Formats: sequence, structure tokens, C-alpha cells
Amino acid sequence: MTRKQRRLYFVLLGLATLGVAVALVLTAISDSLVYFYSPTDIVTQRLPEGRRMRVGGLVEAESLKKDGKTVTFKVTDVTNAIPVSYTGMLPDLFREGQGVVVEGRMEKDGVFQASEVLAKHDENYMPKEVADALKKSGQWNDGKQTHPSQPQ
Amino acid sequence: MIAEIGHFALILALCVAMVQAVVPLMGARRGQASWMAVAEPASALQFLFIAVAFAALTNAYVTSDFSVMNVAQNSHTEKPMLYKVAGVWGNHEGSLLLWITILALFGFAVTLFGRNLPIGLKCRALAVQAMIAVGFLLFILLTSNPFARLEPPPLDGSGLNPMLQDPGLAFHPPFLYLGYVGFSMAFSFAIAALLEGRVDAAWARWVRPWTLAAWVFLTGGIILGSWWAYYTLGWGGWWFWDPVENASFMPWLAGTALLHSAIVVEKRDALKSWTILLAIVAFGFSLLGTFLVRSGVLTSVHAFATDPARGVFILLLLVLAVGGSFMLYAMRAPAMKMGGLFAPLSREGSLLLNNVLLSTGAATVLLGTLYPLIADALNLGKVTVGPPFFNSVFLPLMAPMAAMMAVGPMMAWKRGDLAGVLGRLKFVAAIALGAGLLVWFLQGGSAGPWWTGAGFALAVWLGLGTLVDLAERIGLIDAPAEALGRAARLPRSTWGMVLAHFGVAVFIIGLTASAAWTEERIQTQKIGETVMVGGYGVTLKAVNDVPGPNYMAHRATFEISRNGKVIDVMEPEKRVYRQPPRPITTAAIRSGIIGDLYVVIGDPDPAKDGHVTRLYFNPCIPWLWAGAGLLILGGTISLLDRRHRVGAPTRAHARGRRARA
Repeated sequence: MTRKQRRLYFVLLGLATLGVAVALVLTAISDSLVYFYSPTDIVTQRLPEGRRMRVGGLVEAESLKKDGKTVTFKVTDVTNAIPVSYTGMLPDLFREGQGVVVEGRMEKDGVFQASEVLAKHDENYMPKEVADALKKSGQWNDGKQTHPSQPQ
Repeated sequence: MIAEIGHFALILALCVAMVQAVVPLMGARRGQASWMAVAEPASALQFLFIAVAFAALTNAYVTSDFSVMNVAQNSHTEKPMLYKVAGVWGNHEGSLLLWITILALFGFAVTLFGRNLPIGLKCRALAVQAMIAVGFLLFILLTSNPFARLEPPPLDGSGLNPMLQDPGLAFHPPFLYLGYVGFSMAFSFAIAALLEGRVDAAWARWVRPWTLAAWVFLTGGIILGSWWAYYTLGWGGWWFWDPVENASFMPWLAGTALLHSAIVVEKRDALKSWTILLAIVAFGFSLLGTFLVRSGVLTSVHAFATDPARGVFILLLLVLAVGGSFMLYAMRAPAMKMGGLFAPLSREGSLLLNNVLLSTGAATVLLGTLYPLIADALNLGKVTVGPPFFNSVFLPLMAPMAAMMAVGPMMAWKRGDLAGVLGRLKFVAAIALGAGLLVWFLQGGSAGPWWTGAGFALAVWLGLGTLVDLAERIGLIDAPAEALGRAARLPRSTWGMVLAHFGVAVFIIGLTASAAWTEERIQTQKIGETVMVGGYGVTLKAVNDVPGPNYMAHRATFEISRNGKVIDVMEPEKRVYRQPPRPITTAAIRSGIIGDLYVVIGDPDPAKDGHVTRLYFNPCIPWLWAGAGLLILGGTISLLDRRHRVGAPTRAHARGRRARA
């Protein structure tokens, strides 16, 4: 095998693997992208039903109801709020009035069925998407929402 | 006062590093021995100053000196001593100080162990190490000073996040950093080789042990983090494709590829420029990992310090280091001659295929991790790329690699006989197929996912294939009488390879079983009520308040029974720490070969007069830890190989050079 042949073999091998990878990426990415919306987006835009998505905002005060293992609460960006239902154990740092991101599907009855509730490990922490959504709805108060300068 | 000494020592270290980055390099270019001689004492001095700074910060933590802002924000007098010390790197500033301390330690190690290295290569490598140090020292001093004072000092600190008050996590960052920064050795020597314009077997022999050591530490660091996530987060999972997990996984993939391609450089003098590229990429991923974790650009459990100045600074460092190296590579690599020729079907060929698959895998992980950033920048909306993406892209790329891992080591160098190797493995193939079908049958056919049988077949194929390779190497079948003696004489690096590859097989079993057959039960349980999970009866007996050293725990007592007989008691807790006042879930886990029983206690549910409980049966989870343990053991044993002893082989090389000259 000459150098030229070997180099050709290298290139073909690389291209073939890359081709497979690109094909895998293209088939997987459209199904596994999860878009982030604010409650206002959901109320004002007609979003495709049944698609997996994330919604972020604040847990509305006094909206949390527990019924055994199923909990319901509202996620708000102060302008609009949407009801969320979740079965399972809430994260330790889940509180009313705190930032939260929920992942799941919007049901036909207008209730967001969450399969995952993310409240981050630091109670001062505001998910970036939530902060942006709150800024968009004009409810962001820079003075109050201090980001922790130190990590966890 | 001691904090100021630490700060001053950092500034001195910066000065020394600046000299070390420039003078030896110019000396090597002009061939001036006296300029080159600066490198070694400079690296020692730089390490000394940085060690002083690290000791100063540790002292502030141990003595709870709350006039230092960093200590006041992250420590507390009540905290146990272990976490006072671990608190040093449990925060942004301190963890960067740890990073730079390890970097300086590695630089000093070059001086210490590299006495027999060619002087030009050593000087250039030390200069490159110093350049990295300058970047990070500037970063610490300009944006993240750990020694900043607080006036007036508070009476007590605000405490360390309870999530981090855990033995698993106390050692996770140092191990991870030893891995990340360990790749800086391969990087520095790659850049030095590009500057020198030559890569030879001696270069690979020097780089291999350091890469291997870094890889062992990185493997340990990743698995410690994963183990921690498994038992503290109370989710029952161990890998979430979280951006920060990916950030540590990408350097691991590139490092694994580098480990294997360096073998080809050493043994066959081929794949040289590819190996150099991998060395750059592996360290580039380490820097990217540091950037992703430290800048908070991605939403993740670790993304905290969202100070834009810091993010921009590390991004700048990343662009300079990686961009500069790639430019140098583009200029110099084409001049590098390809060495020994080999057929596509050969040991080299299979190592190359392993490299291609690992790099492609790393590239897809990179794409999935950065896609949210790209989409945000291009205004395509805010997205997250979830585990389904990684599972359906990354795993199909890794499966053929695992299958090939049984074949590759049995191929000859230069020209292998694939048909012959497959013939020797035909019984293994039959057993693997049988095992796959058996697993498929046991799970009730299509009652479980389709890939369980494939996963087990793959694991059996790789595990048995590796054992067959070992048996052939020691002549177990042909001359069983001498097999033991041959086994003892087998090079340690071979034993390391066998153990590590076998570890991957064990890991695949844990991965497949835990992904396919996890059982989860969430319910409100009354005192005395029994819930069945994974064949165990789990009865809630009592919930009590129990004080801990710096927290109050709600401790639940569960009685575990099997076939009506009580076999164990498990006590998960929900703790509320005093400072900071934060709740944390501590799961109770009962491990066995078949799987883990995993019990979490939740909030009381007054409506139903019980407690919310979450019970899991996670099959084969210990196989994951065992597999990772075998990888680490294999790497360590390989590191003890005589040929890998740092410095030993280069002596012969130096003599050879002298003889030629």
C-alpha cells in the first residue's frame, strides 16, 4: 500500500464515519430539541399541541396544591400564568415565588403536564431563560435579583 | 496578613511565569544554553509561589478567617474539618486556584522527572506551560481574586452549599482538574514538537504516561461526580447529558483517542500529525470545559457565576490557546513525514478506526452541548438538547467501537488477518449471541426495549473476546503448564489493556440494564404500609427528627423484606442545614450484584396522613462503578509498566542522540 493509497483510505474512512454521524444527527435533532417558552408565549401564540417543551417563570404565590404524589401549581411571568400538573417528588429547592423550569407537554385542557421540574441547586439562582422571559415581560428587577457572585 | 502573602505570591508567580514563557523559547530558537537554563528553576519557583498562595487560602479556610470574602461566603465555623478544606475548591475563585496549582505542579514535574529529555523540547514545553499559567494567573488576579478582604468581617460565614458537603464531591474537583490539567502536558509537548518540527518515538514515550495519568484521574473524577449525582440528587439516575457532564466527557473521549494513537506513534512511528492534533484537541476540550462551567453560559446544575467579565476572559483564553495552536499546526504539521506503512486491516488500522469513532463521538457531543448557544445566537429560539439526542446519536457510534475492541488487540501490526481473528472468536460470537437471546427471552421479548439483548451480547462479546486474547497471549490452551509464568512476564501495559477493555464490557452491562429495567414507585405511604418494588417489600416504620453536626434530619426508617422475611432496615433522610438553611435529600441505597434498592423520603402529606416516598429498583448499577473501577485499575497498572516509567526510556534516547552526534 503506497502513501497515497493510505491517505485516500484515511480520508474515505473519516468521510464515511462523518457521513453516518451527520445522518444520525439530522434524524435525531428535530425530535429531541426542546424549545423554551414563557407563559406569555403560550397564551398569545398558538403552539403545536403535544410537543415536548420547557416553560419557565416564577412559581405563583399560593398556587401550590398537593394531592398526594400529584402537585399542581402555576408558572407565571407576572403578565400571564399557566397551570402545571406534576406527578412525583418536587426538587428540594422548589418554592412559591422562586424561579422554576418545567418540561413536559401542553394538554388539550390547557394544563401543562410536566414530566420534569427543575429548580436549581442554589436558591438565589435564576435560570437564564427565566430571567430573559421576565425581562421580556418587563418584570425584571435588577436590584432585587442579585446573582450570587460565588458558585455553589 | 497571611492572605496578603498569598495574593503577593500569586503576583510573583505571574512574573516568574512571564519570564518562563519567553526566555527559554528565545533561547531554544537561538541555541543559547544560558537562556534555556532559565526554564527549570523558573518552573520550580513558579510552583513554589503558587503553592504558597494555595496554602494561604487553605489556612484562611481552616482557621475560618472571615475577613477574607471568599471564606465568609463559602465557609462556616460549624462545618466539619474535611469540608473546610474541601471548601477551598468548592467555589469559583478557589477552584481556579486549584487549577493553577495543579498546572504548576505538572510543570515542576517536567523539571523533576525530565532530566533526560532533549533540552530543546523540554524548554519549549515548559515555556508553553508557562503561557497557559500566565493566562490563568491573569484571570485569577484580574477577575477572581480569592484573597479579597471583607470590611468589616462578619461574625460567621454563610456556609457551603450542603450539596457539596459530601465526601464524593469533596474529591471530585481535584480529580477532575488533575485530569483536565494533566492534558496540558500532552498539549505543551505537542506545541513544543511543532515548534521543533519533529515528533518521534521518544516524544510519544514521554507523552504517553502523562496522558495516561491524566486519563486515570479524569475517569476517576467523572465517575465520582456521577456516583455523587446518583446518591445525593434523589433522582435515581447517574448520567443526565447535562452540559457540564458533557464538558468533562469530551476531554475524556479525546484523551482516550490520544492514549491509543500515541501507541501507534511509539510503536510504529505513524499517525504522528494526527496525534499532535488530538493532543491539542484534548486540552482544548479541557479549556472549553472550564469555560462552560465557569462562565455560566449554559443552564446547568453547575452554572453559577454569571459574571460576564469572567466568561469573556476565559473565552478569550480559549480562542487564543486553541486558535493559536491550530494555526501553528496548520503551518507545521504538513512538513511532518508519515512513518511506517500499514494495511487498513491491521492493529494500526483498528486503532485508527477507534480514533475516528471516538473523535466523531466527541464531535456529536460537542454539537449537542453547544447547539443551544448557537441557536440562541442565531435567534432560532431557546432550546435544550435533551438526552434522546445523545442517546440516539452517540450510542450508535460507540457500539461498533466496543465490538471492534475485542478484535483490534488480536490483529497483528502492519498487516492483520481479520478472517483468522474472527475464526478464533467464533465461539465467543456464538456465546454472545446466545446470551443476547437469553436476556431478550428473560425480559419477555418485546415487553422490554429491543436493544437490551444487543447490549448484553455486545458486553459478552467484548468481555469474553478480551479474555480469549489474554488466554492466547499466555498460551493457556497450547502450553497450560507455562501459562502462569508467561502471565507473570506479560508486560503490565498488556494487563492494563486487558483490565480496561474488560471494564468497558462490565460497564456496558450496567448501562444497558439500568437504562432498560429501572423500576420506579412514587406514592404516599402511611406508617406501616408496604410497597413492593423490584421483588422487595418496603415498609415505612417511622419518621423521626434526628440532629446532625450542622443540620437537622427527618429520618425515615424503612423495613425491607424479601419473600416475607425482614432482611434489612434502610434510613433515608431529608436534611435541613443550619447555614445556609437549605434542604437536601439523602437517599438510602442497598447495593447488590443484581441491582440497587434506592429509597427516598419526601414531604409529609397531611391529607392522607403519610409521607410521599420514592422507591426505585435500579438494576446492575454497581456494574457501572465496577466497570469504571476496572478502567482506573487498568490505567494505573499500565502506568506502572517499566516502559512507561517517566524518564527511563528517554535516557536511552538521549544516549542514542549523543551516539549519532
